[in-house]
Amino acid sequence: MKVYAGRSGWIALAAILGFAALLGVLNLATAPTSSVHVPTYIVSLFGKYLTFAMLALAVDLVWGFAGILSLGHAAFFALGGYAMGMYLMRQIGARGVYANPTLPDFMVFLNWKELPWYWEGFNVFPFAMLMAMVVPGVLAFVFGYFTFRSRVSGVYLSIITQALTYALLLAFFRNDMGFGGNNGLTDFKDILGIPLQLDGTRVGLLIITAICLCIQLLVCRFIVLSRFGKVLIAVRDTETRTRFIGYRPEQYKLFVWTVSAIMAGVGGALYVPQVGIINPGEFAPANSIEAVIWVAVGGRGTLVGAILGAVLVNVGKTVFTGVLPELWLFALGGLFIFVTLFMPQGIMGLFAKRVRRRGEPELPAAEESAAREITG
Amino acid sequence: MSEAIGAVGNTLLYLDGVSVTFDGFRALNNLALVLAPGEMRAVIGPNGAGKTTMMDVITGKTRPDTGRVVFGADTDLTKLDEPAIADLGIGRKFQKPTVFEPHTVWDNLLLALAGDRRPRFTLWARETDEEREKITEILRVIRLTEHKDRLGGDLSHGQKQWLEIGMLLAQEPQLLLVDEPVAGMTDAETEQTAELLREINQTRSVVVVEHDMAFVRALGVKVTVLHEGSVLSEGTIDHVSEDPRVIEVYLGR
Repeated sequence: MKVYAGRSGWIALAAILGFAALLGVLNLATAPTSSVHVPTYIVSLFGKYLTFAMLALAVDLVWGFAGILSLGHAAFFALGGYAMGMYLMRQIGARGVYANPTLPDFMVFLNWKELPWYWEGFNVFPFAMLMAMVVPGVLAFVFGYFTFRSRVSGVYLSIITQALTYALLLAFFRNDMGFGGNNGLTDFKDILGIPLQLDGTRVGLLIITAICLCIQLLVCRFIVLSRFGKVLIAVRDTETRTRFIGYRPEQYKLFVWTVSAIMAGVGGALYVPQVGIINPGEFAPANSIEAVIWVAVGGRGTLVGAILGAVLVNVGKTVFTGVLPELWLFALGGLFIFVTLFMPQGIMGLFAKRVRRRGEPELPAAEESAAREITG
Repeated sequence: MSEAIGAVGNTLLYLDGVSVTFDGFRALNNLALVLAPGEMRAVIGPNGAGKTTMMDVITGKTRPDTGRVVFGADTDLTKLDEPAIADLGIGRKFQKPTVFEPHTVWDNLLLALAGDRRPRFTLWARETDEEREKITEILRVIRLTEHKDRLGGDLSHGQKQWLEIGMLLAQEPQLLLVDEPVAGMTDAETEQTAELLREINQTRSVVVVEHDMAFVRALGVKVTVLHEGSVLSEGTIDHVSEDPRVIEVYLGR
């Protein structure tokens, strides 16, 4: 069995749900003085890691299975985040500093008299959640339609994705875009009328994040294990051949690319209430590159590896930036070089080697081209 | 040759006045070729004669500067792209064997089987009994039945060539374009491949591009000799190998 098809998926599902539930119980059902009590900030920290895991999973779906190295995936994550942020801003209502019942504080500050049209509807939760998926999805569809149809691929595609997120970064920094400029959206109070600061809300968000991540993992497995997924892997490795057999690679790429953007958008939407802020910094190209590193560390083309990589690297980041903040980027860069040179199949590759020793066939040949794309 | 061009009524593939230029280099120069339904044709010629470019033009990879490429009664191939041409029933085997290395032999054939190629179908598709029967039959023809669960990338060179021919068969094309099928094969494999192509030719038309004269002789079919992008000579292998122009091109420099 291939790594992405094996039991690793079910183990991951159980681990994600089990760990989230455990954190929740240890937070809510134990006294703050108890030695096993988990403070609320840890709950939200892991919630944040799991939203990053969604971004990593989204990157792995397109990079690991379609060979599309996206260096701009954080853009879809941030757009989902802004959709949630807009909802949370509208939830503040008249409790803002300027006590304006409809206009968020930053608009009052800018002397705006009425809500811009694109803020309409974001007071309705289902609409905002729909937009957290539709906006990244539509952007990805339009972007992908033109690039894949023009047969743009490889490094050129990576550069365009980087340009996309950078353009959005610059746009969202502008005050007159109506998204809070460089301060972004923050000072959130409630979600669905429930105060965000409550421990129970935080645990609830973690559990919902864990469930959404599991659903995304199942969706990814369904896609890559279907005949569609086999065609996709064929496109990744031998695109011309698939074309002469009669497949249209651009249709296959466009579909996963759009699904992947929607997944990242959901991740972003769940990130914002747990972190409490969304600002244009989330569009920074470095964020997208970090997501690629998570996937490389966990193992490209393994799905579960992406989740594992995202969580482990971010735990490392939290610890490392606490101790030696100025050295973190060096450590991250070093890790990437180390993984590329010595662990081309990432952490999941280590497991796969053990599996193979028991006489089972090996990983798909994604990792060679991974190294080539990055270095070349 | 002149009488063949007149016979457009009963042709499967018809190339007329096809020219392709790359940066001033004339890869094809006023090329004409007529293939009858059910025919097997060998195309030979020295390196740079335009053999692969001719394949590229027929399969839609390269657009000719001038000329007509007609498939069947009246389908103009120069207006179509690769998947559309594949869909019409033209299959192509590459010079370098190109199979899907991370997939098993079985899956390679499954992906090549004629059928709906759209994502909305493949996303939900389940293997049917009919598909299993077809794959089993092709495995028998290409002699890879025992290797069905091996990965494409783990096959030997000769086995990859056969798998690729099998993938062509799975597409159920009317016309197979086969580029150097015996390059790098052992003598025994070459003989088996000739047999395989003759078997395929019982139901389909085939164009074989090959360097190996012994193999072309073993096929025993009409031969077209290309030189500098146009047809130099055409006829039986004995006829063309006695043609002084062919001898000059092959031996004269």
